[in-house]
Amino acid sequence: MASTNDPFQFQEFEEAGNLLEANRDATTISIEDDDMPERQRNAAGFTPDVDDEDPHASDDKTELLSGQKKNAPFWTFEYYQRFFDIETHHVKERIIGSMLPWPGKNFIHVHLRRNPDLYGPFWICTTLVFALAISGNFSNFLLNLGKPDHKYSPQFGKVTIAATAIFSYAWFVPLALWGCLLWRNNKIMNLVSYSFMEIVCVYGYSLAIYIPAVVLWIIPFEWLRWCSIVVALCLSGSVLVMTFWPAVREDHPKVIAAIMSAIVLLNILLAVGCKAYFFSKPEAALSPAPSAALELTKAPSAT
Amino acid sequence: MADEANRQFAGLSDTAGEEDEFSTLDEPVKETILRDLRAVGSKFIHVLYPKRSSVLLRDWDLWGPLLLCVTLALLLQGGAADKEDQGGPQFAEVFVIVWFGSIIITLNSKLLGGTISFFQSLCVLGYCIMPLTAAMAVCRIVLVGGSGTVSFIVRLVVVTASFGWSTFASTAFLADNQPPGRKSLVVYPVFLFYFVIGWMVLTFSPSQ
Repeated sequence: MASTNDPFQFQEFEEAGNLLEANRDATTISIEDDDMPERQRNAAGFTPDVDDEDPHASDDKTELLSGQKKNAPFWTFEYYQRFFDIETHHVKERIIGSMLPWPGKNFIHVHLRRNPDLYGPFWICTTLVFALAISGNFSNFLLNLGKPDHKYSPQFGKVTIAATAIFSYAWFVPLALWGCLLWRNNKIMNLVSYSFMEIVCVYGYSLAIYIPAVVLWIIPFEWLRWCSIVVALCLSGSVLVMTFWPAVREDHPKVIAAIMSAIVLLNILLAVGCKAYFFSKPEAALSPAPSAALELTKAPSAT
Repeated sequence: MADEANRQFAGLSDTAGEEDEFSTLDEPVKETILRDLRAVGSKFIHVLYPKRSSVLLRDWDLWGPLLLCVTLALLLQGGAADKEDQGGPQFAEVFVIVWFGSIIITLNSKLLGGTISFFQSLCVLGYCIMPLTAAMAVCRIVLVGGSGTVSFIVRLVVVTASFGWSTFASTAFLADNQPPGRKSLVVYPVFLFYFVIGWMVLTFSPSQ
């Protein structure tokens, strides 16, 4: 405090760092939650090498310790901060895990590990909305490039429609699925049950594969567009199916078939609907030209 | 020492320094307006040459962002947006995108554990729109000359350069206040925000 002279001076955060540099052995208190479980674990006598051998065993301890975190009510800021407790490499791993499904590796168990986040789903959906609107606009521009009578328009209204479609898929379908699984859980005891946030997280990350697919759709070849749709559908559909298989495995076969086919069908509907609405087929753009040519040939013959 | 105290209080215009003026009520109106204009101007210069300084953060104000947003929205008018069936952004749409986008990015960085305050972040994001507004003005001038391929390439280069400049300037101010390991998580939404504004600037087409 020697550097300032006015006790009522408004202190900024940088000054604390400067003060610490000036006086390195001042006592400091660090309030970082990620360090605490590690320190508590070491203090409780667990040796670190036991944790290194079996990383899954540490899940039990973190679960016990996370139960000690206070549950903030949902109208406070701290409640939502719980869902943003991730690092950059976690997000990268989750995105790659959603694009490359591995049989036997359940996305929720392997990547989420009881730490669902809202960062990934929200920003993947937002990026997809803008990618869809911009790519659709750009592909229309390329289709109509040579035509003198076509007036280019950026068509901002489509961004709103894209946002509505994608965000309702990413929120209402998980809600319906969660309700459905909860209802089946009442009838048949399942060993595996997922929380609502985990389902939202899986659906959000499963949309990540569509971002490169949507950018590929700019190229106006129908076979390329259909190829990329099929590939994206297979990858994201299989991630979803493999994630929800353990939750419905013990159920009646008809119910399993109904739930799985609903998941896959809604996915297909979203992909094909977006392609049909935002990207017009190259043949449709060509068809007005022959009719205009017919009109031109008719006019001289009429005179 | 008195100068230091005065500089610290520069952003809070209704508290007094330790000099003879205890209230700013008696000063001529021109003084008041010029002081705020000088503060806004100095922040513009900090965006033009972004160094790691804390002027934008310490003396935040929202006049500059408001001025830039109104200018950008006005420049985006008078295009194909005048006809109802064309798809250019309306004045209100530009406002909503800029302010709503800034608020969402600020909430995102606060949820990820940033130490910057809400209005400081809005101030930085708003001021860093300045290169894109300048690019919009340049684009409109270029479009007066014609809207062929050459003008498109010129506009593309200008918009890309100013988009890069905006993103670089805002991350120079914002990235330091984040916990390590989450910097890219905070920078990516800023990149997306300026990319969308850059796309709006680039796809502006004049009515013919």
